Amino acid sequence: MPDQNPEQIERAVREVLGSLSGDLTTTEISLLGELEALGREVARAKSEIAALRVDDINDRHIPTATDELDAVVEHTATATNEILDVCEGLEKLQTKLPAEHADALGVAVTRIYEACSFQDITGQRITKVVSALKVIEQRVSDVTRRFGTTESQPAPEPEVAITPETEGRALANGPQLPTAASSQADIDRLLASFD
Amino acid sequence: MAIDKNMNVLIVDDYKTMLRIIRNLLKQLEFDNVEEATDGAEALAKLRAGNFGLVISDWNMEPMTGLDLLKEVRADSRLKNLPFIMITAESKTENVVAAKQAGVSNYIVKPFNAETLKEKIEKVLVHA
Repeated sequence: MPDQNPEQIERAVREVLGSLSGDLTTTEISLLGELEALGREVARAKSEIAALRVDDINDRHIPTATDELDAVVEHTATATNEILDVCEGLEKLQTKLPAEHADALGVAVTRIYEACSFQDITGQRITKVVSALKVIEQRVSDVTRRFGTTESQPAPEPEVAITPETEGRALANGPQLPTAASSQADIDRLLASFD
Repeated sequence: MAIDKNMNVLIVDDYKTMLRIIRNLLKQLEFDNVEEATDGAEALAKLRAGNFGLVISDWNMEPMTGLDLLKEVRADSRLKNLPFIMITAESKTENVVAAKQAGVSNYIVKPFNAETLKEKIEKVLVHA
């Protein structure tokens, strides 16, 4: 019963214990022991969760972490755009330089453009981390409601699986970690296999 | 076959910085007529309204992804033969296979270099 309210479990344990009377069989004694242990476990879990100050996690730590990550994306975007401004300025100077220097400058600027694409990849990776943090926030909130609060509070909403509406959305996972990602050569081979 | 560098090119990406990088790289390749869109839906509207010779699109965008844009393009009688390059961080085999089955002309994985972009554009346009 993974979704059973712990208060209900505790109450059920008490009711079962209260209903036992007279001589007990070996099985009943064993069951009694198990129920007592279960009751102690529930009480211990409640006290440990209360000691965690989980409200801090949802109210302070996770919002702070997501805000910091948003700021990282914003600052890297600003810095990247400044770099691009400078590159575009350098490209305008190219026409005023001797061909040999103009070519060297062109190659250097191209390399900077290529390197600046890091901002896109970084942004996508941070978006994945923020999504993961939001899932953690939701799970912590669910656990808090189940174990750390009174019965008067509403039970957590059942988790609804979000079904991607298109194949494009379903396959949109963002960048892979370098160890798991396919290279351009891998992709070229795969595409060639269709010919 | 010579490539017409005066053609209109549509680049699609939800990261403005990436649009700027691709635009600048295309300029170095002498493609000066470049338009931008920040998601598939905006791109589709521009494609239907305009006359483009090449689309270079990201995958992961809201509300319409690059793959969904590609499917719309291939389903459109006027646009179905339009060269379409996917340029994305989505590098899983299943993504490449899905894009190929949907009719992608070529596929570039991010981060990419200018030489790869040049090579794929030439390959796609020569065979168009």
